[in-house]
Amino acid sequence: MAENKNLISGATGDWEIVLGLEVHAQVASKAKLFSGAATEFGAEPNSQVSLVDAAMPGMLPVINWFCVEQAVRTGLGLKAQINNYSVFDRKNYFYPDLPQGYQISQFQQPIVGEGAIEIDLADGAVKEIGIERLHLEQDAGKSLHDQHPNMSFVDLNRSGVALMEIVSNPDMRSAAEAQAYVKKLRAILRYLGTCDGNMEQGSLRADVNVSVRKPGDELGTRCEIKNVNSIRFIGQAIEYEARRQVDLIEDGGTVEQQTRLFDPKTGETRAMRSKEEAHDYRYFPDPDLLPLEFSQEFVDEIAKDLPELPDEKKARFINDYGLTPYDAGVLVGEAENAAFFESAAEGQDAKAVANMVIGSVFAGLNKADLDIADSPVSAAQVGQLVGLIADDTVSGRSAKEVFELMFEDGPDQGKNPAVIIEEKGLKQVTDTGAIEAAVDEVIDANPDKVAQAKERPKMAGWFVGQVMQATGGKANPQAVNKLVMLKLGLE
Amino acid sequence: MSVDENMVRRIANLARIGVTDGELPALAKELSAIIGFVEQLSELDTDGVKPLTSAVEDRIRGREDIVTDGGYAEDVLANAPEKDDEYFAVPKVVE
Repeated sequence: MAENKNLISGATGDWEIVLGLEVHAQVASKAKLFSGAATEFGAEPNSQVSLVDAAMPGMLPVINWFCVEQAVRTGLGLKAQINNYSVFDRKNYFYPDLPQGYQISQFQQPIVGEGAIEIDLADGAVKEIGIERLHLEQDAGKSLHDQHPNMSFVDLNRSGVALMEIVSNPDMRSAAEAQAYVKKLRAILRYLGTCDGNMEQGSLRADVNVSVRKPGDELGTRCEIKNVNSIRFIGQAIEYEARRQVDLIEDGGTVEQQTRLFDPKTGETRAMRSKEEAHDYRYFPDPDLLPLEFSQEFVDEIAKDLPELPDEKKARFINDYGLTPYDAGVLVGEAENAAFFESAAEGQDAKAVANMVIGSVFAGLNKADLDIADSPVSAAQVGQLVGLIADDTVSGRSAKEVFELMFEDGPDQGKNPAVIIEEKGLKQVTDTGAIEAAVDEVIDANPDKVAQAKERPKMAGWFVGQVMQATGGKANPQAVNKLVMLKLGLE
Repeated sequence: MSVDENMVRRIANLARIGVTDGELPALAKELSAIIGFVEQLSELDTDGVKPLTSAVEDRIRGREDIVTDGGYAEDVLANAPEKDDEYFAVPKVVE
């Protein structure tokens, strides 16, 4: 096994962090898993609740096949085993936002079995993280605890929304690895279109299992940090929790298995409830639902139109466009970014396009807090501008100015780079006729220097300087250089 | 298997049913008798027999992903002992 370089040091030596994640990904469906109520985010409280979701007596669940399809699709994207026969179970517990008194989930026989994800680490290395399973389950409602001094408010709009719970093996050894895992999983889900990956709206949230041990020891007791909803918080929560456990053990204490909450305001985790009794969910097959069965043809149909996934796209960008693994990795993070790049790179120097997309477009969007879909500069315009640098219409330096002007103008102005270059007089003198005449003039006037230059090619620089002077500095230096070399017979 | 008083207390707690200490002995006896009766089934050899989760000779059916329901918060809330605006209001559940 590879040596772990991410150890944290304590008073008694180094400690290893062991991490496993349970990610809840909301299926991108219009209706809920077992009812016809809507799933849209931000609706008025309890306005998207059917009598099934409110658990009224006699109401029966009917499965949404689209959700089943998305679970299978995700399973295929995770290169996982698809189970054509799975079972829905009841997970029993009481909470005010769970009107049924149980959650319909899958326990012993999930729809998707073992798979794997490759994560990209900072040093360029790739590590495989095992996926234990993916199962379908219902979300609970939402409780608001801060609206009233002694009441909690419950909104059941989320109740019954389809979730895919994706469980990893305890394969991660640092906060950075856990973050890379969530990033990669999110990218895969978004490429597949099975979950929108919106962490702010809770469409994607992670329960992080943290334990520590001395390298080589058995696994330590784990704590589960519930519902962490941003990649940054996942990192903070892990760092805090691992340190807490190390300090606790080194001070002679023992880690208790418990559920903890991460508080973004303090950056700390705290025990969620002081519970003496362990959970006892008393799972049993839901008698309201027959086993979930589908044919191999159903799976094959879905497999047929699986899109190109991030890893495949990255490999293609490296092979076909000659990009560096780093640039390729940045571009494939979001399918929309990759598409923008590919559209801009059509017929252009792909490396130059990648540089402009990452260096100018992404940087500009970041600064202006815009999505790629709202980019003021279109992919076509980026391609045109790169083309105009390549054919020497504009210098690289002036191109930056052109880009900024296009960015400020926004998509409504829609002025193409060639128009801006014309209007602002940013065009390089690339009229080779005029440059050639100037070069000829200098050469004819200095036969002695020409002779010297044949001996010492460095002399060419003197000719370039003379020509630049003669043209008032407007000539394209590369063009002058090229012509001087050619005329002096140095090329 | 027999059910003792602690087990009854635990089951009652999980089911959120109030049971007084005085009721525990009788309930333990009753539940033990029920389980003892059902346990006779274990005399059968079920090796290699798949668990039966439904007696229906049918396959699961489903729906399309179409919104057909909801939009009646007032009905959903009609039986709520307490509500505030369009929310269910319950005794505070966090410390």
